[in-house]
Amino acid sequence: MSSVNEPTARHWSPPRLIETPWVRWAVVIGVATYLVLAVETIDVNWVRVSEGLARAGRLFSGFLTPDFTTRWSDIQQGMIESLTMTVTATVAGVALSIPFALGAAGNLAPWWLYGFCRGVIAVARALQEIIVAIFFVAMFGFGPFAGFLTLTLSTIGFLAKLLADDIEEIDPSQVEAIRATGAGTGQVIDFAIASQTIPRLVGLTAYKVDINFRESSVIGIVGAGGIGATLNTALSRYEFDSAAAILLLIIAIVMACEYVSGLIRKRLA
Amino acid sequence: MLRIEQLTKRYRTGDTALRGVSLGVAAGEIIGLIGPSGAGKSTLIRCVNRLIEPTSGRVFLEENEITGLSGSALRAARRRIGMIFQEYALVERLSVMENVLSGRLGYVGFWASWFRRFPEADIERALALLDRVGLSDQIDKRADALSGGQRQRVGIARALAQEPELLLVDEPTASLDPKTSRQVMRLLTELCTERRLAAVVNIHDVALAQMFLPRIVGLRAGEIVYDGPATGLTPDVLTLIYGEEDWTQSTTQDDEEEAQTPSASEDAILAAQ
Repeated sequence: MSSVNEPTARHWSPPRLIETPWVRWAVVIGVATYLVLAVETIDVNWVRVSEGLARAGRLFSGFLTPDFTTRWSDIQQGMIESLTMTVTATVAGVALSIPFALGAAGNLAPWWLYGFCRGVIAVARALQEIIVAIFFVAMFGFGPFAGFLTLTLSTIGFLAKLLADDIEEIDPSQVEAIRATGAGTGQVIDFAIASQTIPRLVGLTAYKVDINFRESSVIGIVGAGGIGATLNTALSRYEFDSAAAILLLIIAIVMACEYVSGLIRKRLA
Repeated sequence: MLRIEQLTKRYRTGDTALRGVSLGVAAGEIIGLIGPSGAGKSTLIRCVNRLIEPTSGRVFLEENEITGLSGSALRAARRRIGMIFQEYALVERLSVMENVLSGRLGYVGFWASWFRRFPEADIERALALLDRVGLSDQIDKRADALSGGQRQRVGIARALAQEPELLLVDEPTASLDPKTSRQVMRLLTELCTERRLAAVVNIHDVALAQMFLPRIVGLRAGEIVYDGPATGLTPDVLTLIYGEEDWTQSTTQDDEEEAQTPSASEDAILAAQ
């Protein structure tokens, strides 16, 4: 009886990430030591910092007075190139993603096709866009064609993977029901699979358009054409006011893309 | 009409779902397939239209052997067999009309179905079927906007749009309330009689099976242990199918709409015969 009423001192503490105390403390001390030693090796050159700050001042004052007119024809050409790259690469990427996604869906494809498609997607995802762009620039020369190929590849890596994962999660009973009517493979894909995955495909495509535009401006810096190339030129000529104009335009377009793709995805939800 | 000979299915996991099942269904005959969960009811009907590949044994529809068909011959055989599912298995994002027309996929080419250009006769047939199942005012609604009973009616219309000779019905009422269950079973049996369709109906609810289905086949652990009239389902037979249980208690006390005792439903079935 007394054991029920008595406020027995039973302790509870949340389970630790590392149970053994000495291992825990060793890890903490080790990380702290490494941080101290690492910070000591950073050699700060204060003269260069002050020079850089002065340059940053000019940069920012350039931003306050963006110059759209002096380099307008370059900017216009770069923008058109970037937008063309974005649209064509997205269209080509989506068109290629759909067969790869179907092949990379474990519930549809035989193992050898699954392995091949997943392999292609893994490679497309593993390579960072800038590295791919450098390769394609080396292969096909400077200009938007290299950028187009880079963005197409990155679209496959992004879209085919997410679409394949979505296809793997569809309701199998709808597929079974359509197969039971005597439908052919194409008809099963159309009625039972596409109808379940198209909202996701459209949403991802809208999202990827806006990522591709942002990326088109980055890969231009390594020579793959577009507005990035124009920006790079402006910066290396210290034309900060033109650079500011370009950055403002990029920001405006990215925000517009994001807004529109958000609207599209909301309507589909 | 349908003849199943020594059908065996062993899954890759090593489970044997069917052990030499032989069964015949005459034209226009409706049979109820009962048995505990895991007895192989679903596997059996899916082996008929080859959604599941049987390990051995043969299935004949009229004189056509279905086992062994492939490609377009298999698809042509499938369109003669309509199927109705437990969870309706409608294409949720398509309209009621598209779902019913999907029953015609075995008859139309890919591009025609891609552009939803079904022949006039198919559209006429689909509209007539929707009238028959009482959904003519819902044709352009999306399937996921319907209630359970309405969905199952769409499922029935889709199966009938195939102009089948045989219906495979997998637990048509398991997701429905008792009243809707009876309405769906009544509609199904009426339609089969109207069109002289043979049907194999998997069903959990023994009382419902006795009420609507004159011939019952009992499956236990992949083997047929009973094949006879619904009136022959005595407590001893039910014990044989499902295992030991007190079967003398009535199982239909939850339907107040048509408060029938099992003996009353037996009378109804006898009267129908």
